[in-house]
Amino acid sequence: MKAPRFSYVRPESLDSVQELLAEHEDEARILAGGQSLMPTLNMRLSEPGLLIDINRIDALKGISLEDGTVRIGALARHAEVLASPLVAGYLPLIADAMPHVAHVAVRNRGTFGGSIALADPAAELPACAVALDASFVLASRRGRRTVPARSFFHGLYETELAEDELLVEARIPVLAPGYRSSFLEFARRHGDFALAGVCCHARVEGGVLSDVSLACFGGEDRPRLAAAASAAAEGRAWSEEVKDAVKTALGRELDPAGSFHASAETRVHLAQVLAGRAVDRMVAAD
Amino acid sequence: MEEAADIALIVNGEAVSRRVEARRHLVDFLRLDLGLTGSRLGCEHGVCGACTVRVDGAIVRGCLMLAVQADGADVWTIEGLSDTGELADLQDAFVARNALQCGYCTPGMLLTAAEMLKAGRRMTRQEIREFLSGNFCRCTGYHAIVDAIEAVMQERFRD
Repeated sequence: MKAPRFSYVRPESLDSVQELLAEHEDEARILAGGQSLMPTLNMRLSEPGLLIDINRIDALKGISLEDGTVRIGALARHAEVLASPLVAGYLPLIADAMPHVAHVAVRNRGTFGGSIALADPAAELPACAVALDASFVLASRRGRRTVPARSFFHGLYETELAEDELLVEARIPVLAPGYRSSFLEFARRHGDFALAGVCCHARVEGGVLSDVSLACFGGEDRPRLAAAASAAAEGRAWSEEVKDAVKTALGRELDPAGSFHASAETRVHLAQVLAGRAVDRMVAAD
Repeated sequence: MEEAADIALIVNGEAVSRRVEARRHLVDFLRLDLGLTGSRLGCEHGVCGACTVRVDGAIVRGCLMLAVQADGADVWTIEGLSDTGELADLQDAFVARNALQCGYCTPGMLLTAAEMLKAGRRMTRQEIREFLSGNFCRCTGYHAIVDAIEAVMQERFRD
């Protein structure tokens, strides 16, 4: 199908974006990479009156290292994140996840900020941000605020972003000494949204895990920090027994919806198997 | 803030300027306004890859980019890349290996394969398949397409 009619504007500064958002609020949609927005327009699932194209705003671009934090600009393309030496060196979880984010042609346009702001529950990057305890900088004419990823995602495509706010950048702490991370997902076709996926981040010392953050995605309405499963591994030497405890806890706390592609039971099973393998990898690398 | 805009861009090496509706995506612009019908529309929501074109040196989904966003861009389609000869060996290999039947996905496949070749090295069949994973072919089952791309890599990147 073809997109409905809408107006289009391509502001040159962040200030003008904020003015436009304040003026038009829910009538306007931000157009970044367009890799999720454009399908919804073509299928007429959304009919915004105005598209605000932010692609030429330099302040939203780039990836940099600042005081133990990697700053990823909202407009950083997936391809750029995938190729970034800073991400490879300091955020191995994101580096591991990136090859699973869509397909080459989509990665060339899709943006980091777009993936976060859209909050697709099966997307990789929101879950990585939750596991790594990242935070997001949101801006509006009212000012700026920083929101932890762990309280940013409210539900299915629902986030902390107000109608007049724009996601400016993500701030992600670099991998600390002694810490490891691991990313695994299961999708029907490489690059498609996952049926189930896990992001794990923990301190690993002599096979003992601590400060464990296990985040799961796919199936539920938002990425979940699996608190009980993380606690089941906390302070313990990784073993088959601990792995079983993690899987059991995960089975209790995950409550995914079934779909045409996979039942709820299948999704839980996949998450359990992936979580076990993810931690296996982290411990093996120790 | 208008529902239409004037754009100026380079398409297949030639300067083009037009007034386009904001809602018009890049492939409709190429096909309907410029008559370049080599780029195809399959799903029109970013899944099938038939609309793959090269914008500013990188392949994109032509159905997921607005024509107004291509203002100032350097756009290449199967027509232009056939004329320059950049794809000649790939096209020959696709024919030799029967890597197409109906041909609908072929322009997108060729542009994706060309992007793969930019890495300047041979890839494993698994890597080729993963790189191609965003392009659907409903006729060949991919095996012959992978064969063709692998053959070109072996020819171009001799050790």
